[in-house]
Amino acid sequence: MSKYSMHLLVCGGTGCHASESDAIVCNLRDELEAKGLMDTVQVIMTGCFGFCEKGPIVKVMPDNTFYVQVKPEDAQTIVEEHVIKGRKVTRLLYKDPVTRESISDSKHMGFFKKQLRIVLRNCGFINPENIDEYIARDGYLALGKVLTEMTPEEVIKEVKASGQRGRGGAGFSTGLKWELARKNQSDEKYVVCNADEGDPGAFMDRSVLEGDPHSVLEAMAICGYSIGAGNGLIYIRAEYPLAIERLKIAINQARENGLLGDNIFGTGFSFDIKLRYGAGAFVCGEETALIHSMEGLRGEPTVKPPFPAESGYNGKPTNVNNVETFAAIPAIILKGAKWFASIGTEKSKGTKVFALAGKINNVGLIEVPMGTTLREVIFEIGGGIRNGKKFKGIQTGGPSGGCLSEKHLDTPIDFDNLIAAGSIMGSGAMIVLDEDDCMVSMAKFFLEFTVEESCGKCAPCRIGNKRLHELLGQICEGKGTLADLDRLKNMSIVIKDTALCGLGQTSPNPVLSMMDNYYDEYVAHVTDKKCPAGQCKSLMEYVINPDNCVGCTACARVCPVNAISGERKEVHHIDPAICIKCGACMEKCKFDAIFIN
Amino acid sequence: MSHIKIELRKEDVDFIKGVCATFNNDPQELINVLHSCQEHFGYLPAEVQEVVSDGLNMPVAKIYGVVTFYSFFTMTPKGKHPISICLGTACYVRGAEKVLEEFKKELGIQVGESTKDNKFSLSSLRCVGACGLAPVVLVGDKTYGRVAPDDVKNILKEYE
Repeated sequence: MSKYSMHLLVCGGTGCHASESDAIVCNLRDELEAKGLMDTVQVIMTGCFGFCEKGPIVKVMPDNTFYVQVKPEDAQTIVEEHVIKGRKVTRLLYKDPVTRESISDSKHMGFFKKQLRIVLRNCGFINPENIDEYIARDGYLALGKVLTEMTPEEVIKEVKASGQRGRGGAGFSTGLKWELARKNQSDEKYVVCNADEGDPGAFMDRSVLEGDPHSVLEAMAICGYSIGAGNGLIYIRAEYPLAIERLKIAINQARENGLLGDNIFGTGFSFDIKLRYGAGAFVCGEETALIHSMEGLRGEPTVKPPFPAESGYNGKPTNVNNVETFAAIPAIILKGAKWFASIGTEKSKGTKVFALAGKINNVGLIEVPMGTTLREVIFEIGGGIRNGKKFKGIQTGGPSGGCLSEKHLDTPIDFDNLIAAGSIMGSGAMIVLDEDDCMVSMAKFFLEFTVEESCGKCAPCRIGNKRLHELLGQICEGKGTLADLDRLKNMSIVIKDTALCGLGQTSPNPVLSMMDNYYDEYVAHVTDKKCPAGQCKSLMEYVINPDNCVGCTACARVCPVNAISGERKEVHHIDPAICIKCGACMEKCKFDAIFIN
Repeated sequence: MSHIKIELRKEDVDFIKGVCATFNNDPQELINVLHSCQEHFGYLPAEVQEVVSDGLNMPVAKIYGVVTFYSFFTMTPKGKHPISICLGTACYVRGAEKVLEEFKKELGIQVGESTKDNKFSLSSLRCVGACGLAPVVLVGDKTYGRVAPDDVKNILKEYE
């Protein structure tokens, strides 16, 4: 890389890619070519920078200038101004939402300040399609160290000592999992990487695979050496075409460089990796279901024990870890368990990647030390709530998690604290909700997802969740009673206790946590027949304020069902019996005379 | 099974058999085989499943079980321009439902249906992972971000 004096890093993550970041790369190259600068300035398409809110991102190195919302036609300005004249293009710099000041160095942005990047260490720095860049940043050094200097037992001891817990959701000790897989003797064993990120609103794994695929391959080989497996399988969603493409390239490059395949580093250790595709089933994130899916079957979970460590893929001992879990392993090996264990809280070590989305200013991918509070994540990194609205809640752990309210804002985030607060870490999705979100509708939304995704094998999940969804629907329509609230709670507890797998056991979490934290809102729906957030259509009533109405008839003309009556220049009236609550009148009214009761 | 009856041409049958062969006629590779077939045919009608059953030497009922289990596989053909609206949580809270309603209204079809001229089909999906662009709409391979109900007409116009 030394022959270049400047690098232009363009984000090639799914979000920025969708906003034509590949056209930016082309235009930048064309401009440089035209100016004869191709030999001194290099354009690299990297993985996700994390700051998806303001994508596409272009970062100029070495001065760390961070350009946001770049359009393909901005390429000329960047080259002429920044590259040639050394002047920063102010209009493309990030502006602090509070001070309105332009910030050129990403290190000074609130979004990046509190982050600590271990898993995402290479995302946004290297070209994921070039193995040399990964190697230049100590890539495959950990694998070399493990194969030449450590016994499998020592590797497992190190991983155990790091205190790392599985990032897929359950939080089981990674080292212990490896140890169990090692203990089971067999002629064949498997290392499986769970990249079936089916949790809506989660894009951590995708970003790692798109931005730094080799870190996962390297870790899988390390795991293979530790547990005595020669075969690796990555189970990846078919919905992630870009990640699949980059993985394929990475696997081929690793093979060409002798880092996968037979006799790696001449140590006699052989390990290879194949891809297996998911086909859109949330339950396949559960490890037994995932294994069945890899065997070409319906992805239905089975009772544990036997655990995959005893009998997994093809009945052989199998170790399943999540993408993020694997991606941290090379760093743990190189920097040592002690270093990793020094980060985080007492029982949750290291960092965690979160996908921050919803009603928040800075949507994106973040990595913070365990123990960071929700307040820091939402208001410092996330930049607060969009459009100046009020914070209402944050759903962590996806549809299997819970919704935490204002009172939890100062809770340090770790596995155990989130469970104690009634939610879960899950894979790391965080969806922020504001005052306009109705907590009954939200619970119904999550249950709709669970009902759709339930594999149907066990009755509590198949039937119970369906009933929960129906009850929530009735409440949203104003047909619920107080007794229904008890019913919701009791049924949720039964499902939690009796469902077969992790999906079923956690599916009532949104209902339980939302009823816990927003009980008044549920009561308002059933006793007052009102939706305080104004989201439940059936409970809304559009009313005309006689003080503001001038009788312009605009509302009556736009009403599709003729529910509005009134003479010209006289106060109009909406008939609630006819009104279908489409809101067209409110949009049309120029005098703010129509409001929702 | 599917109400649509189709007649497979010889080259279609050969294609499916070929796919099975590239995966060593191994029943464990069923999902990969189905992915390849769906990519080729656009959907997985019963007739295709029957040939796969033959190729992998496994009961067609098992294949039907797998096809109907996974949401990625479909037994009805999609339109020339398949439209998918993301209803993942991030898109949902930023108003994806209203966008979906607008598409339904403009096209006059429900989710899972195609327009009469088979030009557009409508489906919903859960999260493409571009949550920064929420709400997200996919038309074929093209991604549209931050879609508002008012944008729907213009998006459809692009495909006229």
